[in-house]
Amino acid sequence: MIDTALTDLWYGFGVALEPHNLMWCFVGVFVGNMVGVLPGMGPLATISILLPLTFGMKAVPAILMLAGILYGGQYGGAICSILLNLPCHPPHAVTCLDGFPMTKQGRGGVALGVTVIASFIGASWGITEMIFLSPLLVRAALQFGPAEVCSLMLLGLLAGSTLARGSPLKGVCMTVLGLFLGSVGTDLETGSERYTFGMTELDDGVELIALALGLFGIAEFMSSVNQVAPVNMAYTNVRLRDMRPSLADLKRAFFPMWRGTLVGSLCSLIPGTGPTIASFVAYATEKKVSKTPEKFGTGMLEGVVCPEAATHSSIQGDFIPTMSLGIPGDAVMALLLGALMIQGIVPGPQLISQHPDIFWGLVASFWIGNIILVVLNVPLIGIWCKMLAIPYKYLYPSAMFFVCIGVYAANNDFFQVGEVAVLGLVGYVLLRLGFHPAPVVLGFVLGPRFEENFRRAMLISRGDIGVFVERPISAVFVALCAILIATQIYFRLRGSKAPIEPSIEHTASGDEPRLAAQRVPATPAE
Amino acid sequence: MKSRDTASLRNISAFAVVARSRLCWGETWEGPKDGREEILRSNTSLLRDLVHKRDFYAGGLMVLLGSGIALKGTTYRAGTLMHMGPGFLPTALGVLLILLGIAIAATALSPSTDAHDGHGASESILPEHPQWWAWFCILMSPVFFILFGRYFGMAPGTFACVFIAALGDRNATWKSTIVLSAVVTVFGVALFSYFLQVPMPVLTWGGGL
Repeated sequence: MIDTALTDLWYGFGVALEPHNLMWCFVGVFVGNMVGVLPGMGPLATISILLPLTFGMKAVPAILMLAGILYGGQYGGAICSILLNLPCHPPHAVTCLDGFPMTKQGRGGVALGVTVIASFIGASWGITEMIFLSPLLVRAALQFGPAEVCSLMLLGLLAGSTLARGSPLKGVCMTVLGLFLGSVGTDLETGSERYTFGMTELDDGVELIALALGLFGIAEFMSSVNQVAPVNMAYTNVRLRDMRPSLADLKRAFFPMWRGTLVGSLCSLIPGTGPTIASFVAYATEKKVSKTPEKFGTGMLEGVVCPEAATHSSIQGDFIPTMSLGIPGDAVMALLLGALMIQGIVPGPQLISQHPDIFWGLVASFWIGNIILVVLNVPLIGIWCKMLAIPYKYLYPSAMFFVCIGVYAANNDFFQVGEVAVLGLVGYVLLRLGFHPAPVVLGFVLGPRFEENFRRAMLISRGDIGVFVERPISAVFVALCAILIATQIYFRLRGSKAPIEPSIEHTASGDEPRLAAQRVPATPAE
Repeated sequence: MKSRDTASLRNISAFAVVARSRLCWGETWEGPKDGREEILRSNTSLLRDLVHKRDFYAGGLMVLLGSGIALKGTTYRAGTLMHMGPGFLPTALGVLLILLGIAIAATALSPSTDAHDGHGASESILPEHPQWWAWFCILMSPVFFILFGRYFGMAPGTFACVFIAALGDRNATWKSTIVLSAVVTVFGVALFSYFLQVPMPVLTWGGGL
C-alpha cells in the first residue's frame, strides 16, 4: 500500500513539475502571500476574489493555483500578526499574543524565521497524512450508498456550523440558508424552476462566485470601510539577517513545533474544526506543557511556533475529507470544491481514481509550493512589509473592481453583478445581526448533492426514513450528529460555565492585544 | 473586521475567558446579583430591553425568511417521501429556519446568553459609527459598473466602479479618487481584457451587448 502511494506521489510530482503547472502554482503562492499580507484580506476574500482568474485554465493548474493562494495567504497572515499585531486571519489571532511582544523586543525577525520553519514542518506532516489517509478513506467511502453519504454530509454540515465561531444556533441557521440557496434554480430531477421569480438568469441557480464575493467581499468591505485604523508601522523594518534564528532558538522551538503539528493534525481529523480551533488548542496545550506558563504573552517563542505549526498541519489535513470524500470541513474548502465543480469535476470518492492528476498533482504541489514559500518569504520580507502600508482607502475600491469583473467573467452576464450587490447587502445585515456567513457557502456547495442523495436514499428505501439508522455506517454518523447536538444543548443549559471562550481584546490604541484569563462568573441563579 | 475576526471561539476547553462588560441591560455587570432583584428588573423592562436586543431581530429575520421560503415552497409539488417533488426540501428547510429563528429570538429573552455569544459587547445592530454614505457608495459601485459597462464598455465601467467605491472613504479627495480610478482602469483593462480575454468591449457606445 505504501508502495502504491509512493508511486502515485512520484506521478504527482511529475504532474506538478510540468512547467505550466509549476508556473501557476508559483503564481498562486506568490499572489496569495502578497494579498494575505494586506490587512483586512482573509483567505476567504482572497480566494473568492482570485477565483475568476482560474476560469480560463484547465482544472489542474486552477486547483494548484487556488490551493497555493490558500496556504500562501496563511504565511502572509502570520507576517501581518507578528509585525503589526493585526490578526487579519482568525487562525493567526493567537500568534499575535507572543509574536508581537517579540517584535517589540526586536526579535520579530527571529519570530518570522522560526514561523516559516514551523509552518513548513506542520504542512509537511499534513501532506504526509493526506498521502496515506486519503486512499484509505476512499476505499471506505466507495462502500457508501446514498444513505451513508447523506448522513455523512449531515454530520459535516452540523460540525461545520456548530463548531465554528459564534453561536451554534446561528451557525445552523446559516447552513440551512445555504442549503436553501443551493436549491434555487432548476430542480435537477423534475426540471421545474424553484424560487426564480420569473428571472431566467436564476435558472442555473445562484452563482457560487456571486455568493462568495457578496458575503466575503462586499459585506466585509462594508464593515471595514472607515473603521480600519492606520497600522502601526514602527516595527516593520525587518532585514534578512534578523530572520536567521540562532541554534538555541531552534532547539527551543523544536518540540513545540512537533506538538503543534500533532494538535493540528488531530484537529483536522474532526470534521468542522478548522485551523482556527487548532491554533487556539495548540496555544493552550503549549501553555500547559510549558514550565513557565506565566511568561506566555510576553514574547515566548513557543507561543508563536506551536499555533503556527498547528494551523498549517490542520489546513493540509482539511484537504483529506474535501478531496477524498467530497465533503468540505469549512467554507474555504467548500470554495475550493466549488471551483473544482465549476471546472466540471464531480467531487467524491471517485475523484482520486478518475482524476489522479488533480489529486496527486495537488499533493505534490503542496510540497513544491511550501518550498517556494520558504524561499520567497526570506528575500521578499521587506517588500511584504511595504505592502502592509497600503491604506485601506486604495485597497477596497480596487477590490470592488475585482469583485465586479470577476462575477461578470463567470458567465459574461451583468445580472450576476447585480446579484453580488444584493448578496453583499444581505451578508452585511447578517453580519450585523451576529451571523457568521461562512457556513452559508458550506451549505450552498453541499446543498444540491445532499438533496440528490437524500432523494435517492428515499427512493431505494421506498420512502422509509428509518434507513438512516438501520444501515450501520449511516447509524454511526447519525449518532455522532445526535451527540454533537446533545453536547451543544448541554453546554447551553449549563449556562456560562461551560463554553470557555478565548478571546483577544484590542485596547483602544490597538497596540497590545490582551488575553484576559478569567472565567465569566456564573450567572445569578434564576 | 478586527473585532469580529479576533472575536471569540466557543467550546475550547482549558482556555481563558474574558470577562466582558455586559452592557446590554444598560449598566455594567458588577458581580453576582441578588436573584430577586434580577427577576424584578427583567420583568419590568422586558419589552423595552427586547427592542434593543440584537438576537431578537436576528431570530425575527430568520422567522420571516423561513416563512417566506416555506410559503413559496408549498406552491411547488411536494410529492411523497419516496418520490419527492421539487417543493419538499425547500419547504422543510423553511420550516426548520422558522424553528431556529424562534429559538434564537428566545435566547434573547434570557439575560444569561448574550455574554458567551461571542458578541456580548456589541449588542446594538448598527455599528458605533454608522457609515451610511460609504455603504451607499460600495453598494452603488456594482450598479455603476453594470450601467457604464453595458453601455460604454469595460474601461468606463471600471472607472465608474472604482470611482464610486472610493468616494465612500472619509478622507477621499477628488484628485486621489480620480488617480486611483485611472490607475485601476489601466491595469484592470490590461489584465482582464488583453491577458484573460474577458469578452467585454473595452469601449463601445450604446450597448453592443
